[in-house]
Amino acid sequence: MTVVYEKTKGLTEKQTHYCPGCTHGVIHKLVGEVLVELGILGKTVGVAPVGCSVLAYDYFNCDMHEAAHGRAPAVATGIKRVLPDHAVFTYQGDGDLASIGTAEIVHAAHRGEKFTTIFVNNAIYGMTGGQMAPTTLIGQKATTSPYGRSVADAGMPLRVSEMLATIDGAVFVERVSVHDVPNIRKAKKAIKKAFEVQMEGKGFGIVEVLSTCPTNWGISPIESLSWLKENMIPYYPLGNFRTPEEGK
Amino acid sequence: MAKGKVHFDDDKCKGCELCTTVCPVNIVLMDKERINAKGYHPATVKEMEKCIGCTNCAMICPDSVITVEREK
Ligand SMILES: Cc1ncc(C[n+]2csc(CCOP(=O)(O)OP(=O)(O)O)c2C)c(N)n1
Ligand code: SF4
Ligand SMILES: [Mg+2]
Repeated sequence: MTVVYEKTKGLTEKQTHYCPGCTHGVIHKLVGEVLVELGILGKTVGVAPVGCSVLAYDYFNCDMHEAAHGRAPAVATGIKRVLPDHAVFTYQGDGDLASIGTAEIVHAAHRGEKFTTIFVNNAIYGMTGGQMAPTTLIGQKATTSPYGRSVADAGMPLRVSEMLATIDGAVFVERVSVHDVPNIRKAKKAIKKAFEVQMEGKGFGIVEVLSTCPTNWGISPIESLSWLKENMIPYYPLGNFRTPEEGK
Repeated sequence: MAKGKVHFDDDKCKGCELCTTVCPVNIVLMDKERINAKGYHPATVKEMEKCIGCTNCAMICPDSVITVEREK
């Protein structure tokens, strides 16, 4: 028998602190696997956010840098400009990227910075205990929307991929999900493509990955996969919004 | 059908049960007779002869607990 699947060398031996069944772990694996398959692990610098993935610098087996909340794109900009032959990525949650860090991501995309962003949208602030995010769905309960998010109070959930796809500098924009195995495979393909686009020097790329937060959604990990599929995908449709060919 | 074999790094399992939902031959289950170092019933396979080595359980495991082998 031959080994056909084992833990990727793209991640360290450190066990993650993520809650049981949280798909942050699945997304980490995909990024690690892609860096290994592209042979760029040794010349990659990742930028960790503030959020549940704040300790990502302990988990990715490449050079890592921490950034202040929402500022990972600014830090990545600096690193990539100093090390243009390296692969640089940010790994950011929806509170980090779509709330406090909105200006950073919009202008990094607008300047066409040549790094890759992995945007983990779980429709909530996970780390701080489940507050409403800009991406929280209408009717979804959070600690700061105990009766469910209302349009009157908080507006409609922000569709980050659609918004960034209007910016010329964002040459690769795709939304994927990890709620089942076929989608996990597709998510990996998109992440790989985004890193390839970066290595070809084509411009800014982002992969939005729909993810679960069983703890703050208040349901089991298995129920969370179905909740994502039934509630998030109808509002956040999966697919590619921009590729370099179209973005030229 | 290809023949496969899975190995669980028991003490890394957080008992989330995601792997039990994606097995096409339905052999991944939680071992209610054991508790691992983290305090969870770890995932396991009892009828290993049915495994086809598809890697589904390993792909969805958030904690890289599972290694998969397959007869080529
Ligand atoms: C400047 C600043 N403001 C607020 C916080 C508090 N804070 C920490 S994490 C977080 C939100 C994280 O949510 P998200 O980015 O969605 O990540 P998740 O935990 O859901 O993966 C907030 C508001 C902070 N650490 N720093
Ligand atoms: S709080 Fe939510 S996002 Fe954070 S590790 Fe737990 S399940 Fe994952
Ligand atoms: Mg979040």
